[in-house]
Amino acid sequence: MTMDAYRYEDGSISYPGHPRSRDGAEPAETIDLSECTGEVITWTTSTATPPGVRTPNTLAIVEFDVDGETVRALGGTTTDDVEIGQTVTPVYVEELREAGVGIKPADGPQEWDGYRFEPV
Amino acid sequence: MSDSVAVLGGSMTKFGQRDAWICELLAEAGSACLADAGVPPDAVDHLYVSNMASGEFEGQTGVMNALAHDLGLVPAYSQRVDQTSASGGAGIYAAWQSIKSGASDMTLLVGGEKMTHRSTAESTDVIASITHPAEYKHGVTLPSFAGLTARLYLEQFDAPRESLAEVAVKNHENGVRNENAQFRTEITVEEALDSPIVADPLRLYDFCPVTDGSAALLFCPVAVAEEYTDDYAVLSGVGGATDTHVVHERDDPTTMNAVVDSSDRAFEMAGLEPDDIDVAELHDMFTILEFLQMEAVGFAEQGRAWEQAMDGWTRLDGDLPINPSGGLKSKGHPLGASGVAQGYEIYEQLVGEAGDRQVSADAGLACNVGGFGNCVTTAIMEARQ
Repeated sequence: MTMDAYRYEDGSISYPGHPRSRDGAEPAETIDLSECTGEVITWTTSTATPPGVRTPNTLAIVEFDVDGETVRALGGTTTDDVEIGQTVTPVYVEELREAGVGIKPADGPQEWDGYRFEPV
Repeated sequence: MSDSVAVLGGSMTKFGQRDAWICELLAEAGSACLADAGVPPDAVDHLYVSNMASGEFEGQTGVMNALAHDLGLVPAYSQRVDQTSASGGAGIYAAWQSIKSGASDMTLLVGGEKMTHRSTAESTDVIASITHPAEYKHGVTLPSFAGLTARLYLEQFDAPRESLAEVAVKNHENGVRNENAQFRTEITVEEALDSPIVADPLRLYDFCPVTDGSAALLFCPVAVAEEYTDDYAVLSGVGGATDTHVVHERDDPTTMNAVVDSSDRAFEMAGLEPDDIDVAELHDMFTILEFLQMEAVGFAEQGRAWEQAMDGWTRLDGDLPINPSGGLKSKGHPLGASGVAQGYEIYEQLVGEAGDRQVSADAGLACNVGGFGNCVTTAIMEARQ
């Protein structure tokens, strides 16, 4: 499992990747963010969660620096003890929310595994 | 191209928990709107139905055809408009296009949603399904986007937490004056600050409720409106825009780019500036959104809307009354109906039929937001000169 961001031909990076960059450039390569550290930009603890989602659910937006270009990712955190400016790293989680309990089917295109952020 | 577009009539149902299903709600508002304008069903050329998710909520699709039949509009052209929470505003845009292009001389727009028969968790999941799969798998919800952004806004602009509570207090106060609002009870800043946490730092009173309801507007060329009445408004500007699907990819999370773009387009079309607006309905699905839209539309400098809210600038007796209807916060948020109901409030203010919440207004603005600013429409109406 990797946490792939896309670098596009115009130099921009996004996570997740898209068929084109914000300015229409094609993808040039993938960059695995799972081995990187990033900084918490903001966070929240949600207590009104949808079916199949842990309660409470602390989420953070994390900014990574990749060779001077920034890219952000949203994800859950492994702890509720989060602060703006905190350094975190992604850790793999097999099931982020219970598959098929909500509106999306368990065996559809939706992926259910991924990364949460853990303070370094 | 035909002449200017008039708003000839409007209506809304009682918002809240209703026994009626989606087709009944739509028919209630649509029928009342035609009656309000004194227009017979056979005069309607186009019918637009703003609705986000009747299939997901009720297993009922094809609502535009059902409504055309129920209101005796057959064989009028009908179309369902889905732009998530901005479906109502997108319906105003579609109705404007239909009249302005000359394709229709009488267009009925009805927005509606039936939600309260589902649990809050289920409704939250239906709405959260608009997010990117990379967001959805983390259990993100629209309220959690609001929590993430509110924390950043308060920190970045040194705004007190009480300023968000003031938005809720104001809009509840306005809702008391609106007989169709879901909540008609005043609250205090202390009650707002003591309510349960939903998405830290936001609490229960920072969020709109789950709602059933419907609203309608009737559009035609000004020349046709003159044949019916002197009491109409002119839809002088409309604009629509999108922002990124993935919310965290935006350069500045506290700037609603699609609001900036859509309102710029609407102002340009109307030939007006933010200072020309006398009353506004903003999409206060969450209290933080009222600040973000005030700043993006140009009613406040970035990071300063909270000061104007605390100074009373946005109250009914303030310099620019915002959400006199009670807003989504107090009036309720039946997804597809909300943008139409915003337009209905502006229409009522401009024709002088807003009752206890009437303000002095020659021009009004309605901003309808889908997702967390993912897609936005802005409409500007002016009183008949």
